[in-house]
Amino acid sequence: MLIKKPDDIKASEITDKQVYLSRRDFMSATTLSLGALAAGMAAPGLILGSREAEASTAIKLNDLRKSALSTSEGLTPYKDVTSYNNFYEFSTDKYEPAKLAGTLNPRPWTITVEGEVKHQKTYDIDALLKLAPLEERIYRLRCVEGWSMVVPWVGFSLSELIKQVEPNSNAKFVEFISLHDPKQMPGQRSGVLDWPYVEGLRIDEAMHPLAILAVGLYGEVLPNQNGAPVRLIAPWKYGFKNAKSIVKIRFVSKPSPSSWMKANANEYGYFANVNPTVDHPRWSQARERRIGEFSKRETLMFNGYAEQVAQLYSGMDLKKFF
Amino acid sequence: MKYFSQLKAALFLASLIPFVRLAWFGYTNQLGANPIEFITRSLGTWTLVFLLLTLTITPLRNLSGWSWLIKLRRMAGLFAFFYALLHFITYIWLDQFFDLHDIYKDVIKRPFITIGFAAFIMLIPLALTSTNAMIKRLGGKRWLLLHRLVYLIAICGVLHYWWLVKKDITQPLIYATVLATLLAYRVVIKNLKTKQANRL
Repeated sequence: MLIKKPDDIKASEITDKQVYLSRRDFMSATTLSLGALAAGMAAPGLILGSREAEASTAIKLNDLRKSALSTSEGLTPYKDVTSYNNFYEFSTDKYEPAKLAGTLNPRPWTITVEGEVKHQKTYDIDALLKLAPLEERIYRLRCVEGWSMVVPWVGFSLSELIKQVEPNSNAKFVEFISLHDPKQMPGQRSGVLDWPYVEGLRIDEAMHPLAILAVGLYGEVLPNQNGAPVRLIAPWKYGFKNAKSIVKIRFVSKPSPSSWMKANANEYGYFANVNPTVDHPRWSQARERRIGEFSKRETLMFNGYAEQVAQLYSGMDLKKFF
Repeated sequence: MKYFSQLKAALFLASLIPFVRLAWFGYTNQLGANPIEFITRSLGTWTLVFLLLTLTITPLRNLSGWSWLIKLRRMAGLFAFFYALLHFITYIWLDQFFDLHDIYKDVIKRPFITIGFAAFIMLIPLALTSTNAMIKRLGGKRWLLLHRLVYLIAICGVLHYWWLVKKDITQPLIYATVLATLLAYRVVIKNLKTKQANRL
């Protein structure tokens, strides 16, 4: 299997977090002019200081390796990555998880690996963090709703864990099961989705080097609202595939429907590969708004990872297997 | 009512609060990670609120006997149009950036946009004929007939919201329930009146 890698980027080319934080002033200026125009509030040049320069209190993850799989695109500000989250276990409002996720307790935490594997075992989260050297993976993230981000995740290839537990020949799919505990995740008291949240990958997708278990972002431990303490990231798929707060990884011979498939099978498929040519039944997927940018940009096939992952789907009708 | 003009002025200013709030949020960088989405949703929400308020005035007048309430209906309706217009401009300008081709495709292909667009188009003649002069020109009966469109507009508006939501229909359901109640009230009153007329 040939896996082409994008050009390596030097650490110096990754724009500093603080520099990116200031990009949003542009947006505030836009709305300001709109408001000033209509309401006669002529006060340009008085833009208040950005509230995004808040210091983070999260625990740092040190000695991160750079990855050749990272993109060199500009990072989405930390503030946006950690305040705009689809995490229905807390709320269906994207601004709420950041406020509500304090009830989630990511320590102690265990992840059970079960099913069609030689070594069924339960990992303590701290042991999982040492399973493989932690890398920074700067990936594009494309939400099915039509917005996108560039996130510097911290984690390691899912394949590292898979190799360690040795799946048997019956293992054709991998399921990721999120925590189901309405005390910690109050949004689960509503039946908006079938809890626990379940997502899955075909085993060859799961073995792909781009697929990672993420335990952090921006060099820090994963904030609760981003799916602490461990989540899946398969960057060529829509964001909802990336199960958060995983407690169970199950190897199976047949795929079971994911939570979103159970919610609406016509709109959410098993593969959920980013594909600008296959629209969501109710809206177009041709373009996306990168958070922090004004104009929409074209959505790329497999979220720009076509070179690396297209061969996984050769011969498949992607309109049928969406 | 003694202080009607003061009350009306106060309500006018209060109706501008959602707009001023958005301008302030933009000014102080509080529109969140996706400002265009925030602005669009907020303006859409307030359009629905003002549409429902407009439809609440007549039942409220009938039930309370406060006839002066009817003199607020035009203002409420025009604020519904004001927020709908801003909602529409936000979509055309900030969201699509005047990409007419994409806007056309959206309106044709996306039922939630089709119905929202239709609701907005239907609002325009109502706003244009809201003046006293226009009422006179059209004649009360024809004017009334035209302005019955508001029922259809409100239904389209709620559906527009309903079809947009990914899974959690709680919010659209609230608007739908209020609208259903307001429409049901009218049906019941009409039936009662017909029965009374028959008896006479």
